Amino acid sequence: MAGVSMARALNQALRDAMREQGDVVVYGEDVGRLGGVFRVTDGLQQEFGAERCFDSPAAESAIVGTALGMAMYGLRPVVEIQFDGFAYPALDQLISHVAKYRNRTRGAVGLPLVVRIPYGGGIGAVEHHSESPEAIFSHIAGLTVVTPGTPADAYSLLRAAIAHPDPVIFLEPKRRYWMTQEVALPVTTEPMTRAVVRRPGVTATVIAYGPMVSTALEAAEAATEEGWDLEVVDVRSLSPLDGGTLADSVRRTHRAVVVHEASRLGGFGAEIAAQLSEALFGELAAPVLRVTGWDVPYPPAKIERHFLPDADRILDAVARTLRY
Amino acid sequence: MARAGAARLPGSAGAVDGEWHDIGPDGSLGKPRSHEVGLSPEELRELYRLMAVGRRLDRQATNLVRQGALGVYASSRGQEACQVGAVAALEEQDWLFPTYRDSVAAWTRGLDMADVLALFAGIWHSGWNPLDRRVAPLTTPLATHLAHAAGLAMAAKLRGDPLVALALFGDGAASEGDSHEAMNLAGAASAPCVFVLQNNQYAISVPARVQSGARTLALRAAGLGIPGALVDGNDVVSVLGCVREAVERARSGGGPTLVEAVTYRLDPHTNADDPRRYRSDEEVTRWLERDPVDRLRRQLEEQDALPAGFLEAVDAEGERLAAALRERLFGAPAGDPLEMFDHVYAAPPPQLRRQRAELAAILEAEAEAELGPELGPETGPGGESR
Repeated sequence: MAGVSMARALNQALRDAMREQGDVVVYGEDVGRLGGVFRVTDGLQQEFGAERCFDSPAAESAIVGTALGMAMYGLRPVVEIQFDGFAYPALDQLISHVAKYRNRTRGAVGLPLVVRIPYGGGIGAVEHHSESPEAIFSHIAGLTVVTPGTPADAYSLLRAAIAHPDPVIFLEPKRRYWMTQEVALPVTTEPMTRAVVRRPGVTATVIAYGPMVSTALEAAEAATEEGWDLEVVDVRSLSPLDGGTLADSVRRTHRAVVVHEASRLGGFGAEIAAQLSEALFGELAAPVLRVTGWDVPYPPAKIERHFLPDADRILDAVARTLRY
Repeated sequence: MARAGAARLPGSAGAVDGEWHDIGPDGSLGKPRSHEVGLSPEELRELYRLMAVGRRLDRQATNLVRQGALGVYASSRGQEACQVGAVAALEEQDWLFPTYRDSVAAWTRGLDMADVLALFAGIWHSGWNPLDRRVAPLTTPLATHLAHAAGLAMAAKLRGDPLVALALFGDGAASEGDSHEAMNLAGAASAPCVFVLQNNQYAISVPARVQSGARTLALRAAGLGIPGALVDGNDVVSVLGCVREAVERARSGGGPTLVEAVTYRLDPHTNADDPRRYRSDEEVTRWLERDPVDRLRRQLEEQDALPAGFLEAVDAEGERLAAALRERLFGAPAGDPLEMFDHVYAAPPPQLRRQRAELAAILEAEAEAELGPELGPETGPGGESR
């Protein structure tokens, strides 16, 4: 079995969806001839023609707004926003319309569309190419927000997102595009809205998603030297959030550390910590701690490693929960 | 250039009375075209009926705000030639994407006015199923719906369906980035859509000349590389002729068109607005002389195309529909609060089911508290239930 990169898995998911469903169309900036700046759409225009995979003007609001109109007419558009920091021009369309259309029309017009957004840092990029805006999307009722942490999940979650009857924000951890996994495609992993235990353990639960799943697993491996057996939970779906799986884990370990690249204040970790506190107040041996980016704009590439959570910071947080 | 003796429209450098101009690829105004539409007296009378009854319903809606049945209403009085003329250019399979000021256009498309006004009545955000008459919900954010029209048109083109999507917007919305993005993308994709810009001279209080340095907004078509036209938006025959040509061009593969219809909003922006703070009564009077409904009636009179009883029948229909509108909107009950959870997703996720149950329990407790004193003869004074 060959190693499959996450970018390759995503490409195969798009290809298989387009082969199986004639109503799937893919467009965005540079996704046609070039195959996307990360090559996730590589070869799709050649195989499916410029009608079903095409380059759009550099206009994120119009990309998402036209996707709404297409979905209204019964197509399943999968659009790409080139970078996290370029998603903001489309927020008006996403928040004011895409998220609200089914509700606005009393269920008459659902929007089966996917907005793919490469996100997160760690690739030595310029400003606006390393951000983690997941909390913004997760706060919007009507959106579904998912993010894979492994190549197998990248394939399976993207297929599920395309098949989903409602709009999905699909956040791709760009620093993991080149991570590989031994997996045969097509693959179907756990249902899209479930969190998954990636590594069972008993000492404490480390909760992560997207790019931080690998980092959390790395921390768990290192922790064995300390004699700690960490459980790692991959959230996968931020909205809806599978609070039950998270709580089940922490009910066993009594300690939780939430990890994300995004800054802390109002971040998604706050939601997880609040839900765990509400569900397990009496069973927690320590407060739920967060390991996150600092509350600053994303830093320049040469110092970004001091912003991003790493295994050491995760283990420090675990140590703090063990001191209670 | 304008034909000799034709009056220039106030508020627009090039447009003239009762005519339209195509915009050349170099941004120049083509020679004026007028009334090349060939409408029969019956068709003209139907346009009159729609405009006059639409105006009556518009007035009724304004009154319903005063009487508390609507929270707010944005009148299109004075813009009936655009509201009716643009919609009359569409065929059954076509789509209309209206704004919050286009209630009369949505009604012209065949919707019940009470359903159209559900947004303003606080009943639901859209009072109709858009798929029924191919009318999108009234849109409140400016210009965002132009991309929806473009996308729907692109999808129809991909499927090989010969339909056209028409979006209405205004001079205020023309300043929004989305209007440029959507029209540019539509042009690049040669999407079968028509963008009808009703230049009613004001974005709430800000006059057109303050909103843009452009001589006319229709000239943008040249920069976008799409056909454009500038039309007297108070002449329904010109609007219909001009928009119909754009619709047919879109249907036959010619891509999108930007039509600027020069018109005037006679009423305030909404009931909450006070236009005397930013425009003169004289200006309004000048535009009243160009009133689109009066104009078509005069034209019918001149053509001796008004059979006895026609105007009375139109008035009677307006009164009947206005009464029906009052009937439906006065005391329209609030919906079930629990419905707010029901359409957010195709299948409500667990947290919405929990929150729905939470609100249901609150409602139940409230209902019990209200029923408390009336539980029966045993529950008299001093015998409150616990």
